[in-house]
Amino acid sequence: MSDNKKNVIARARAIIDSYDGKPIRIMEVCGTHTHEIFRLGIRQILPDKVRLISGPGCPVCVTPVDFIDEAVYLAMERDVTICTFGDLVRVPGSFGTSAQTSDKKTAKIGSLAAARAAGARIQVVYAPQDAVAYAREHPQEQVVFLSVGFETTTPSSCLAVKEAQREGLTNFSILTANKTMPSAYAAMKDSTDAFLYPGHVHAITGTGICEKLAEEGTSGVVAGFTARELMTALAVIVKKTQEGSPFFENCYPRVVRAEGSPAAQRLVEEMMEPCDARWRGIGVLPQSGVQLRPEYAAFDARVKFNIPSMQGRENPACRCGEVLQGKCMPSDCKVFGKGCTPEHPIGACMVSGEGACSAFYLYGGDR
Amino acid sequence: MQETVTLAHGAGGKQTSELIEKVFKAHFENPLFTPDDAAVLQIPAGKMAMSTDGFIVSPAFFPGGNIGKLSICGTVNDLACMGAQPMYMTCAFVIEEGFPMVRLEEIAAAMEKTAAEVGVCIVAGDTKVAGKGQVDGVFITTTAVGRIMDGVQTGGALAKPGDCVIVTGDVGRHGCTILLARDDYGIEADVTSDCAPLWHAVNNILTAAPDIHVIRDATRGGVGTVLYEIAGQSNVGFSLESESIPVDPGVRGVCGMLGLEPLYLACEGRLVIIAPAEKKDIILETLRRSPHTEGAACIGTVTEDHPGRVVLNTEIGSQTILPRPGNELLPRIC
Repeated sequence: MSDNKKNVIARARAIIDSYDGKPIRIMEVCGTHTHEIFRLGIRQILPDKVRLISGPGCPVCVTPVDFIDEAVYLAMERDVTICTFGDLVRVPGSFGTSAQTSDKKTAKIGSLAAARAAGARIQVVYAPQDAVAYAREHPQEQVVFLSVGFETTTPSSCLAVKEAQREGLTNFSILTANKTMPSAYAAMKDSTDAFLYPGHVHAITGTGICEKLAEEGTSGVVAGFTARELMTALAVIVKKTQEGSPFFENCYPRVVRAEGSPAAQRLVEEMMEPCDARWRGIGVLPQSGVQLRPEYAAFDARVKFNIPSMQGRENPACRCGEVLQGKCMPSDCKVFGKGCTPEHPIGACMVSGEGACSAFYLYGGDR
Repeated sequence: MQETVTLAHGAGGKQTSELIEKVFKAHFENPLFTPDDAAVLQIPAGKMAMSTDGFIVSPAFFPGGNIGKLSICGTVNDLACMGAQPMYMTCAFVIEEGFPMVRLEEIAAAMEKTAAEVGVCIVAGDTKVAGKGQVDGVFITTTAVGRIMDGVQTGGALAKPGDCVIVTGDVGRHGCTILLARDDYGIEADVTSDCAPLWHAVNNILTAAPDIHVIRDATRGGVGTVLYEIAGQSNVGFSLESESIPVDPGVRGVCGMLGLEPLYLACEGRLVIIAPAEKKDIILETLRRSPHTEGAACIGTVTEDHPGRVVLNTEIGSQTILPRPGNELLPRIC
């Protein structure tokens, strides 16, 4: 590490250590932040008065049970090839039974991994474009890409649909569970004193929403992902909190600009429209998601396959919802580390490496 | 000779003889290479070590090596970890029908060169050809014996609190190279496998410090998995300085993008060495003068505290646990 970097970290730490105001709760709203905070052991060096909470920023963790049920339904009953990011494969669907289904076999399938074991075609991809390529190479199969994530990943799903449309592919569609961050901020603002805003999301959206929230009394800073960037962002929160008035600072200016990425915003605006969305463990937040506009219905798997409405059932023992809202620690959950481990997850927060429960479990559950 | 391997090459007849003569004997020829059913060997006095390993890496050719070089390094390095000088080796090939003959030649040439570097004699071999699709390209199994140096005793249960922990170079390059070579992620980076035979380096350090406690080859699962295994076997903990762990900038970049931990990426030319603290300097000096171990570094110490755990002292001055090894990251890495 260069001396400069060391100095920055040491100075940030000194500012945080010397904090002597009212207790602060800081919520990180990004799975990558959660992971880095645990990896670097940041929670354990914070003074008692400064507390970090892991919010609902891991896309896998907030993906609702009924979305998994829909994907299992497509794979098992409609002979669809599912293309998905790897993490989603192990996310549990409805507890015990897979919602409304006509098929007894499907009723026992609780995840895409189980569907795969039962013979369904589940392809792990690393980008939506890989799913388009798969569809192109397998014209005899119907291919559905599971489109999850926040503002960072939604544009690439749009691009995939554009690509499929341009090529005239009739065997490609997407199942959307895309979400937008501002509604999460609104839902969470009473659980925290300041947000550590996700750098990648605001690289797309810009910082207007953060400034507006500050005007309304909700503080926060946009943070990057290195040790230096995270420590600096926390030091700024501590310092600004001490000063007293609500604030917003962009602590990730090398990537995040006030206006964000207008090209990505235009693309999403053109192809997607806001919709109500269910967040796992939290419930339906109005206008907190996006779905394809009617003119792209041919690429919307829900329309194309006329998927019946699913009433997902979560495992009642799982407290992921409270964990995501900062209302309890992962270790407060009865099944944490016992029935629920990264090898055998019950809740979504234990599946992804970015999930709060998984990070808590892997890094020894400090505070 | 034909341009590709056919089922006839594995049938035991004329074409089999031709394959053995033109490819394998041409590269492996030595006075001990047997034309009979088994090699006849003179075994020296003392303790012997023996090891076997199968290689199914995909792709078979990657920056920094190929499956042939890997098949010698893997087994030779296993022997070296026990302080054994590799002496005799056998190799068995399973080749997919249609495999290009020139590629097989390249593999055999790499095996010849690597075996010569460490002085191991290939004394017997076997070739089978499987139908198209029954294997992927070529699979190789090598088995070797070697004589353990007098007065040397290494083993995973011998780590002692206070010992130093040394790695012989930057970590995770082989795993990262294979991951990139598969092209699943669409990432390009200038990363080359660390695949290398390490007997000479081990010979040098055991000559300088015969009381080394543990030498382990950090292959599948990487350095992190090896440390957790030793922690369990020796009932000790590890305390690592995260900034002392050498990582190639390319590997670090790829790991950053994909959320991977370099300590859990496979190496094929890196050893974890655990030795009394007072031997640290002589071991490091010796490694830095030896082939393939110039980048050696001390990364931490063995502790009595937190047995069974690997703890990292981070760049921000905190202590974190290195998460336990998880599910296999990549199949067919070696």
